[in-house]
Amino acid sequence: MMKITVASGKGGTGKTTIATNLAYLAAQNGRKVAYIDCDVEEPNGHLFLKPLIASSKLIGRLHPRVDEDRCTHCGPCGEICQYSAIVCVGEKVLVHPELCHACGGCVLVCQPGAITEVLRDCGTLEAGNAGEVRFVHGVLNIGEAMSTPLVQQVKAAAPEADLVIIDSPPGTSCPVIESVRGADLVLLVTEPTPFGLHDLTLAVGMVRALKLSLGVVVNRAGSGDNRTREYCQREGIEILSEIPDDRHIAEAYSRGLLAAETVPAFRTALEPLLARFSEDDAS
Amino acid sequence: MSEFVTISTSGRAPVRELAVISGKGGTGKTSIVASFAALSRNSVLADCDVDAADLHLVLEPHVVRRNEFTGGNRARIKHGHCNACRKCEELCRFDAIFFDGPGNGLVEKTFRVDPIACEGCGVCAWFCAEQAIDFSPVVNGEWFISDTRCGPMVHARLGVAQENSGKLVSTVRTAAKRIAEERGLDLVIIDGSPGIGCPVIASITAAHLVLAVSEPTLSGLHDLERVAALTRHFRIPALVCINKWDLNPEICSRIEVWACEHGLGLAGRVRYDRAVTAAQVKGRAVVECQQNGCAEDIRSVWKNVAAHLQTNKTEDANLRIRMPDLRDSR
Ligand code: SF4
Ligand code: SF4
Repeated sequence: MMKITVASGKGGTGKTTIATNLAYLAAQNGRKVAYIDCDVEEPNGHLFLKPLIASSKLIGRLHPRVDEDRCTHCGPCGEICQYSAIVCVGEKVLVHPELCHACGGCVLVCQPGAITEVLRDCGTLEAGNAGEVRFVHGVLNIGEAMSTPLVQQVKAAAPEADLVIIDSPPGTSCPVIESVRGADLVLLVTEPTPFGLHDLTLAVGMVRALKLSLGVVVNRAGSGDNRTREYCQREGIEILSEIPDDRHIAEAYSRGLLAAETVPAFRTALEPLLARFSEDDAS
Repeated sequence: MSEFVTISTSGRAPVRELAVISGKGGTGKTSIVASFAALSRNSVLADCDVDAADLHLVLEPHVVRRNEFTGGNRARIKHGHCNACRKCEELCRFDAIFFDGPGNGLVEKTFRVDPIACEGCGVCAWFCAEQAIDFSPVVNGEWFISDTRCGPMVHARLGVAQENSGKLVSTVRTAAKRIAEERGLDLVIIDGSPGIGCPVIASITAAHLVLAVSEPTLSGLHDLERVAALTRHFRIPALVCINKWDLNPEICSRIEVWACEHGLGLAGRVRYDRAVTAAQVKGRAVVECQQNGCAEDIRSVWKNVAAHLQTNKTEDANLRIRMPDLRDSR
């Protein structure tokens, strides 16, 4: 099995376009493919792959509940909590579930055993099939601050496949690190503009800190300047594919279509990547 | 006497905060914020897209003050004290403890905390019988107060693979607001991050107005729906601006109709224009480079946003004036 995470520092560089089309093309080539959308804040892969959702379940997160009858207002729960999710003020213990990181510390320090952990919904996990592609995504509840725990569950739900393609959220923060961790290859999608390059360097820093192998895909090649290519050369980073700045691709995207179906130039640009995946698999 | 009295008697309304967000990344939010910066007088810029802060590439800030940012504590095992009892590994819920630390006089191998996986909860340190775990604040990044040709700016840089962007966003916002108050500027323009999670929530909570920058694609519409649900959840008025609208006029109208039906105001449309990228390459905001094309559109969007801030301002000022009585009567 090969696990590829498609990520990017900057948002809107074309991660989802690349990830969904790669999944579609690899499946057409007869591979057993799973597409996992870890961008639980703004999941969009389903707009393009149009899966039939076969299962849907609520994902819960733990947080403490205090039994008032047992609580002696002794206070250590509030001392161990690093996130102010539980605070003991005078005769009252207040719990803020949305701040809780579910570390379990308060339960462990409560001598009278007044705390138990209970579940609260934080999002939905859905799975199904999009043609030959096995599809999983997560949808974070509105107002929920922490997306990382849901990302973990989405990743864990990945079905058996030769090729697992993970669509990461943009940026370099907690949920992105979770999406990238454990990947055999991280594809960083960028565009050749100053913003794109700056955010690419941050993403490269993150992937290197995690000691993972990476390759770059330059989207909308030709739209900006040459600095991205120079940077990759200097850093010894391989540019695995360059996708032309083609209005037809943007149009297909705007209407929720897979560009690989309608724009031959796009399909050609992805070919080196597909070839790469089968090579790596064979070795 | 409370500060509110001072505000009402001097006739100056409190500092307003405009948060520009997008839900979906890459809609051109930062380019629009840079143009707003150039068009507005009397504002402070707060780059709260701390994950991928790009505003400085256009505004070329001159850093006046540098500050360390500490997001929280982190555990570190002092290998000399560890007796490999396994307690930390057993208690850690974040898979951050590994049995591959160097040996000492007592044991051949000790435990080690992976700093990237560590959530900073401190449970291991609390329960380590040998007190072998150091649990102290770490520097996760830096934040800056700068001067730019468009006014003061507060921005930040998170270290590689560092957490707690929400707290950094709050730090940046608080500093920007304070500077506005000190210098008598009446607006803070916040460049928010994509998504609807922690840094976005931190960027918009208690802001006076949100401008959501969308694009005419199905993904743009889908993401806007989630952003709108978020602003509704936090009861913040929001306007929508559709960038590159002419790439798909039909979806653009669909988004606008959807927005109106769901209580969002329209701030206007901005046409697709290669001048935006060209300006970015030059390190300029597009309104600084040209008068026509999309620069004209952005100007009109800015006018609408400013007008909206103005109307709400009077209401808000009235509210503030009444507040001291409320307080005194308590
Ligand atoms: S530690 Fe337990 S008993 Fe003590 S204040 Fe907290 S909940 Fe109550
Ligand atoms: S489980 Fe951890 S984070 Fe949650 S309230 Fe208890 S101590 Fe705080």
